[in-house]
Amino acid sequence: MGYVEHPTRWHRAPSRFRQREGNGGPLRRDPADRLGGGVASGVAAWKGFNVTTVRIAFVLLTVVTSGIAVAVYVLAWLVIPAAGAGPSIGAKARSDAQGIRLAAALASLLILALLVVGALNGGWLISWAWPQVLSVAGLVLIWRNAPADEQATMRHLVAPLEAATGVTVGATSPHRRSVLRLTIAGLLLLGGVAWLFSAHGSIALLRPLGGVALMIAAVVLALGPWWLRIARELVLERQARVRAEERADIAARIHDSVLQTLALIQRRADDPAKVIQLARLQERELRSWLFEGRAPNEIDADLTFAAGVRQIQQDVETRYGVPVEAVTVGDTELDDNLSALLAAAREATVNAAKWSGADVISLFAEVELAAVSLVVRDRGQGFDPEAVPADRKGLSESVQGRMSRRGGTATVSTAVGEGTKVTLKLPLTATHPQGPRPPRPSPAGRP
Amino acid sequence: MTGPHQRAPRVVLVDDHGLFRSGVRAELGRQVDVVGEADDVQSAIALITELLPDVVLLDVHLPGGGGQAVIQAVKTAHPQVRFLALSASDAPEDVIAVIRAGARGYVTKTISTIELADAVRRVAAGDAVFSHRLAGFVLDAFAATPSADDLKPSFDPELELLTNREREVLRLIAQGYTYKEIARELYISVKTVESHVSSVLRKLQLSTRHQLTRWAAERRLT
Repeated sequence: MGYVEHPTRWHRAPSRFRQREGNGGPLRRDPADRLGGGVASGVAAWKGFNVTTVRIAFVLLTVVTSGIAVAVYVLAWLVIPAAGAGPSIGAKARSDAQGIRLAAALASLLILALLVVGALNGGWLISWAWPQVLSVAGLVLIWRNAPADEQATMRHLVAPLEAATGVTVGATSPHRRSVLRLTIAGLLLLGGVAWLFSAHGSIALLRPLGGVALMIAAVVLALGPWWLRIARELVLERQARVRAEERADIAARIHDSVLQTLALIQRRADDPAKVIQLARLQERELRSWLFEGRAPNEIDADLTFAAGVRQIQQDVETRYGVPVEAVTVGDTELDDNLSALLAAAREATVNAAKWSGADVISLFAEVELAAVSLVVRDRGQGFDPEAVPADRKGLSESVQGRMSRRGGTATVSTAVGEGTKVTLKLPLTATHPQGPRPPRPSPAGRP
Repeated sequence: MTGPHQRAPRVVLVDDHGLFRSGVRAELGRQVDVVGEADDVQSAIALITELLPDVVLLDVHLPGGGGQAVIQAVKTAHPQVRFLALSASDAPEDVIAVIRAGARGYVTKTISTIELADAVRRVAAGDAVFSHRLAGFVLDAFAATPSADDLKPSFDPELELLTNREREVLRLIAQGYTYKEIARELYISVKTVESHVSSVLRKLQLSTRHQLTRWAAERRLT
């Protein structure tokens, strides 16, 4: 007597399932082996049958009962809990007022459509369609209340249908979808009209049609606002969900970056230099995320010249704790010559950070048609170029030597107490016949 | 920085961040005359119309329509009130929106107190103030050769291109030079530097360049 273990769950389920209780445990849907809701595999496991046998029996039953079995299947899906899960979907759906209203609205729409079709042409199709009113309502409730993995299966099952009707924003472009939808609608309309005319072939057709039209008008008038309201509520609900997801995403990022840094800052409050460094680092990360759409710690996939300048800024700030203000104008692909220019610029910036004593270093890079220039400037103590000892080769070798080997120039202007300015220039035409890359969408003032 | 404005400029602070307002007020207190504070668009418009300050220090992101809404509401009736935009962001569309609405300058909130006081005095005297990032952005937007997008029938070289001298001045601003340093570097007077920057500001406000109009359109500014 397996269900004794779950008395609270079972007293909610309709009594007919109790009567079917037999050997084995309680009846549970089997989400692991399912085509739809896993009802067939659940029944098979419950009674000890082969799954395929149960499925074939179900299909036969559907044909014999002209579709009622489908509705029964959906109801079973609703009320039978999944194996290993909590209460049934139906139990959850009872508290989903929005879903119940939506199900009722869809069912009423379907009933209306069936009434109209039935009035025009009552065939076997209609007797098949009536039980599906229940199926549709049940599926709506399942859709809204099923756990995420079951929803995924359903989405997978109806994906082709959605693509045609434009219910969701799928991979196909909105334009193509609406063309497809309009085409299908047009074909249906043409087919319907042709059908009507071929069936009666006379003007007498218009008389029952008039009655039907009146009926449609009446029902639309009565229920239309209600349908509209439900549709609107659905849209609002979806928007709210999207907003909540966005919020969660932002909260996660803020936590990973800003909150962590704030915690670090509180712990290092007695070390102003470290605090400033942390704040700068965080500011830069946040800016690149907010204004350039780059995730923190994301490495530039295609390393361009401007990205290289940013890299220098970041490294020097992190290693030497001196703020670097970088401005880049234009951008271009990186090649060997420009890499050499960047290496020289890095050396000059590191020099400024180590020796100048300035509280900020300016880095300005500009890509023009014919040349790339880069200026490293500080307002620090400066130096006397003549007095630099011969063994300190940083500036002359790493900067000037690098530039002249690549056909560029490096100019250093400095004096004691006047700050230092290193200007690097490299002609572009020799290596870049195509010139600089056009400015990117938001190219200006990168921090 | 003296000129016609010998007395300290009268300043209204508009920022929805109370902490920031009190910080700026404490720092600027001795150098400018802070006559009022507002924290949203409606109260700012009312306060500015009542006090008619020399300079409004205006946050770009304000509840109730943003900084440009304040500028647009005030500038026609009181063109003598000047606006200096202040923002924590450097997004081009922020910059362009507020400049095209009529601000005389744009600085970021990380600016030092001395520089901010200097910027306020400059704007009070009718000059333009560019941060180094704004200078870089303008150079980018006015790239040397206009792209095909820019060659509209309305293309007016007077407005759509920067002169070489203006470019030089902007480059030095982007390198963190003060106006005085620029004047010395280029062997021109500080007044000439100021007039170059004002001319760039005018082009920024009137140009129909594709990049500028697109960024402005993103903010529904036209």
